[in-house]
Amino acid sequence: MKRRSFLASSAGLVASVMVRPVAAIEQSSVLTALVKEYAAGAVVREGRVKFDIARLVDNGNSVPVEVTVDSPMTPQQHVVGITLFNEKNPQNDVAQFSLSHLSGRARVATRIRLATTQQLVAVAKMNDGSCWTHTVEVLVTVSSCIEE
Amino acid sequence: MARTLITVPRTAKRDEIIEIRALVQHSMETGYRRSSDGDLLPRDLIRRFTCRFVPRVAANSNAASTAGDLIFAATFHAAIAANPYLSFNLRATTSGTLVFSWEGDNGLAQTETVSLLIA
Amino acid sequence: MQPSTQALQKDDTQNPAMLWVKDGEALWNKPEGAAAKSCASCHGEISRMKSVATRYPAYSSTQRKVINLSQQVNLCRVTQQQASQWPADHESLLGLEAAIAKESRGLPISPPTQRQLADAQKHGEALFNQRVGQVDLSCRDCHETLAGKKLGGNVIPQGHATGYPIYRLEWQSVGSLQRRLRGCMTAVRAEPYTHGAKELIDLEAYLAKRAAGMKLESPGVRP
Repeated sequence: MKRRSFLASSAGLVASVMVRPVAAIEQSSVLTALVKEYAAGAVVREGRVKFDIARLVDNGNSVPVEVTVDSPMTPQQHVVGITLFNEKNPQNDVAQFSLSHLSGRARVATRIRLATTQQLVAVAKMNDGSCWTHTVEVLVTVSSCIEE
Repeated sequence: MARTLITVPRTAKRDEIIEIRALVQHSMETGYRRSSDGDLLPRDLIRRFTCRFVPRVAANSNAASTAGDLIFAATFHAAIAANPYLSFNLRATTSGTLVFSWEGDNGLAQTETVSLLIA
Repeated sequence: MQPSTQALQKDDTQNPAMLWVKDGEALWNKPEGAAAKSCASCHGEISRMKSVATRYPAYSSTQRKVINLSQQVNLCRVTQQQASQWPADHESLLGLEAAIAKESRGLPISPPTQRQLADAQKHGEALFNQRVGQVDLSCRDCHETLAGKKLGGNVIPQGHATGYPIYRLEWQSVGSLQRRLRGCMTAVRAEPYTHGAKELIDLEAYLAKRAAGMKLESPGVRP
C-alpha cells in the first residue's frame, strides 16, 4: 500500500468513527416491549425526557436518579406519569410516579438498585396520551469490599 | 413505626414552585436475598407513597375535601433502594397541609403531615 | 468516593443516616430503665455533647480501661439509667451514637493525652501493621502503601475513620467502625475479633490518633 492511499483510508476510518450518533443508543428489545405495553397503543417517541444517572456506578445498592420532562405543567398540557423500567434486574419494574399540573415542574428524583450493567428507560406519559422516552446505559461495577 | 425525614420550605410565595423531599427508614427487602443461614429473606417492601395537599380553608369546611388533592404518588418495586428517598415539586398556591402516606407489606401504613404557609 | 456518594453525605435532607440521627435525638430525651432517667436528665440538651465524640476512644477511670463512644453510652445505660446494655450495632445504640457524633461535626478529631490511651494507641498501631489472614495483608498494606490505587473498580481509601457511625451503601444501613473493621478482617480471611474486644478498641484508638486534626464528618456516607 502506498503511503498516500494508506493515509486516505485511515482518514476515512476516523471519520466513520466520528460520525456515529452520540445521542441515541439502540434500545434493548426487553425495554421496547415494556414501553410498548405501558403506552397501551399510544404513540411512543424519543425526546422531551431527560434521565439523569451516573454512567458508571460503583455500588448498585443505591443509585441516584432524576427524571425531568419538558412540559409547561399547565391544566391544559402536563405530564401525568413517569415510569422507570430496567433491563436486567430480577424484575423489570422500578417505579411509577403520578404527577399533575399541581406539580408545577415535571421532575422526580429517587434512588434505585441496579443488579448489573444494563439499560434503563424513563417513559413520560402526557395528558394527551402521548409517550416520550429517554433510554440510558449504565455500567455497574462490583464493589471490591463486599460483606457477606 | 418507620422513621421519616420530610423537607418542605416553611413558607413559600404564591405560585412559587417548591421542592419536597421525603426520606423513610425501610429495608426494602427484595425477597431475593438470603440470610447467613441460607434462608430466603421474605419480601418486605413499601409499595405505595402518596402526597396530598389539603388547603387550609377546606380543612374546616366539609369532610369530603379534607382528603385534599393528590399532588404526587409513587408505586415502588424491589428496585427502589433501601430507605426510599423521593424528591418532587409542588406549585404553592395557598396555605395548607401536606399529607404524606407510605403503605407496604406487613401492614405498613404511615402518615405524616407538614404545614405550608404562603407568605 | 464518587461525587454522588459525597453529595449524599453533604446534604442532610438526602443523607439516609439522618434517619438514625433523628431516632437518636428522640432517644436522648426518652426516660429509660429502672431509674427512669433520660440522657438529657444528666447531660441537658444534646447540643451540650459538642466535641465529645472527637475524644473517643478514651480512658475511663471508673472502668480502668480505654472505651469507645458506644461503650460509654452503654455504661450510662447500666450505671445511670439502670437499663440493660444494647448489643453491638443495635439500631438504638447507632442512633444515639450518630446523634452525639453529629454534634461534633466539623470539629477536629482530638484524642486526649492519657498514659493508658497512649498504650492502647501503641498496641493498635502494632495491630495496624501486622499482616493477618490467609490473604496475608495488614491494614497498612492497603490503606497506606496501596492507598489511592485501585482494588477492582474502587479507589483504596487511606482508612481515616472520620465519619462513624456511617451509612454504608453496601450495608444499606448505618453501622459502627467495629463492624467495618470486622468486615475488613473477614475480607482478608482472618478471624475477626469479637465486638468490643480490646484489640478492636486499640485499633480504634490508633485510628483516632492517626486521624487527629482531621474534621469529624459524622454521620458519613460510604460506598
